[in-house]
Amino acid sequence: MSAQAEPLRLALLGNPNSGKTALFNLLTGSRQKVANYAGVTVERKEGRLQSPSGKSYAVLDLPGAYSLNPASLDEAITRDLCRGFYPGEAAPDVLVCVVDATNLRLHLRFVLEVRQMGKPMIVALNMSDAAQRRGIAIDRATLERELGVPVVETVAVRHHGARALVERIDRLAAHLHLPTVQLAEDADLHAETRRLLAAAVSMPSRTAKIDDALDRWLLHPLFGLLTLAVVMFLIFQAVYAWATPLMDLIDAGTTALGEWVGPRMGEGPLASLVVDGIIAGLGGVIVFLPQILILFAFILALEESGYLPRAAFLLDRMMAGAGLSGRSFIPLLSSFACAIPGIMATRSIQDPRDRLATILVAPLMTCSARLPVYALLIGAFIPARQVWGGLNLQGLVLFGLYLAGILSALAVSWVMKKWRRDQGEHPLMLELPSYRLPHARDLAIGLWERGMIFLKRVGGIIFALTVLLWVLLSFPAAPADATMPAIDYSLAGRIGHALAVVFAPLGFNWQISIALIPGLAAREVVVSSLATVYALSAADDEAATQALTPLISDGWSLATGLSLLVWFIYAPQCIATWAAIKRETGSWTTMALSAGYLFALAYLASLLTYQVAVRLGAG
Amino acid sequence: MPPVTLSELPPRTPVIVESVEDRQPNDPIARRLRELGFVAGERVQIVAQGPFGAEPLLVQVGYTRFALRRAEAARVRVALAEREVA
Repeated sequence: MSAQAEPLRLALLGNPNSGKTALFNLLTGSRQKVANYAGVTVERKEGRLQSPSGKSYAVLDLPGAYSLNPASLDEAITRDLCRGFYPGEAAPDVLVCVVDATNLRLHLRFVLEVRQMGKPMIVALNMSDAAQRRGIAIDRATLERELGVPVVETVAVRHHGARALVERIDRLAAHLHLPTVQLAEDADLHAETRRLLAAAVSMPSRTAKIDDALDRWLLHPLFGLLTLAVVMFLIFQAVYAWATPLMDLIDAGTTALGEWVGPRMGEGPLASLVVDGIIAGLGGVIVFLPQILILFAFILALEESGYLPRAAFLLDRMMAGAGLSGRSFIPLLSSFACAIPGIMATRSIQDPRDRLATILVAPLMTCSARLPVYALLIGAFIPARQVWGGLNLQGLVLFGLYLAGILSALAVSWVMKKWRRDQGEHPLMLELPSYRLPHARDLAIGLWERGMIFLKRVGGIIFALTVLLWVLLSFPAAPADATMPAIDYSLAGRIGHALAVVFAPLGFNWQISIALIPGLAAREVVVSSLATVYALSAADDEAATQALTPLISDGWSLATGLSLLVWFIYAPQCIATWAAIKRETGSWTTMALSAGYLFALAYLASLLTYQVAVRLGAG
Repeated sequence: MPPVTLSELPPRTPVIVESVEDRQPNDPIARRLRELGFVAGERVQIVAQGPFGAEPLLVQVGYTRFALRRAEAARVRVALAEREVA
């Protein structure tokens, strides 16, 4: 390949909300690779641009930055990469500085800062259609002359919206040249921005009328919160309810596949590995996709429309009191359906400290997998009677369990806020951009990326752990003259018996202790595992619950039942949650910390519940 | 007239930025506020307040709106725009 030179490297950079990523999507289409920058969890997006003239370019979409004087990890990466200082990354040959044509006062200052790096660059006046609609007149030729760098108009959401940019890139690539104008190093960039605006831009009003009108309603203390509640309800409903039929379908498909494959492989450990290990493991990964995709469809649409930062604005004060930020709300809300999509959704929280706090408390939100366990225990131990003038006691207990999770999360994040070493002021300084209609192509690419990230990075860990769990549950096999259920003879059974000693102060017998182990795969599995341990033959979870209810309400004391209920408020997460935490934070320590503190909380709370209940005569 | 900070202003009061004050040597928050356009002579106003405790503040600066917590807005010293006109 000696004749073919390396493709020229372009880097897209610009302020957040400049439409940079939409432009990147338009330039590179589906030819994108998403990964992380080495050693950090900041997303790295690279793609390939094929110009009509036949030239090929490597395009890097740099993290959004307000300044090259970094205030965040994202901005530090953008600066280092542009200067060619980032380890393992080649310096870009051409910088494409993307600016929002309706927001030049802010974005032009950044252009001046980039120009001071003295590299070949092009300015893309993005959203020039929106600027025209608002009556903003930009004299492109004057701006180009005064800036001393090529300036082209782009419309990232239009099919041919980047044609002029690609042509200009081709021309610049043929004759790379530096900016022809340069200021002194300590020049006042704000003054220069004002001069440029006065020379080349005329603007009838400072804001768009539609933004003013929408903000008056959507940020209103009453109507704004009402709208937010409706939006949140819709998201929650979608993640919780719309995904269920799809998840049932995946479940049924996995079971059917296992039943089809199983008999064709005969008896023995190999068949069991394929059916109970591999197929069940794959099913356990794919089953999360509906919730993740539905949640991210909402989040991407809300982010692109500009509503997500508004939601953060409305809730910031409330969440900041507990050591979180306004942006923590949607991830936490979706954790009520499942913590996995919730933890992945924390990517929309820019501040690393707030993001970590949100990830750590997300598993305390009562996910849907706990419901079957709660249903079994409440049905067995809480009498169905009316209290306080018509309230159903069982419903009240269920509500109490949800509330306990929320209050615990607030308490945990508050304690973390008090204890952490970094007591510095983490500012909000959140831009509320103009409202925009989300664009289908950007949503589709975003969803595709989220789905692939989950399958490739989180799926692998979930799959491996599921197979490991299968090994624990299947070996050694029960002897031929076994009198107890097979699980009792397995490694998991032995661990369960050993754990029973640890869990005795909590009132858990060895049957419960064993059932908690397969419960690591998913919490609702505890129900079917209990049925297995009690050697019940039940066709499905519903039958298992029905058969178990009289058995445990007679066999366990009320104190044990309450203790187990409380255990599941905190219960160390399922392995899929561990996998998600490991991947999203890139740290085994954080994962261990999260599992460890939840185990400690669960143990203490159950211990307290059991001992108090026994003292009160419920033992 | 005593100096006024952005955090003390009622909403919809047009003012002119006088300066952004450092709370500590080399205050990164003050520096960022200046980069975002809070510089002497710039017209700003509070356009909305959060529903809880009237925080955060939504501040219009240039063509952009930023949500600032009160502690951040308190760094921005402003003068009433009327005085400028008079």
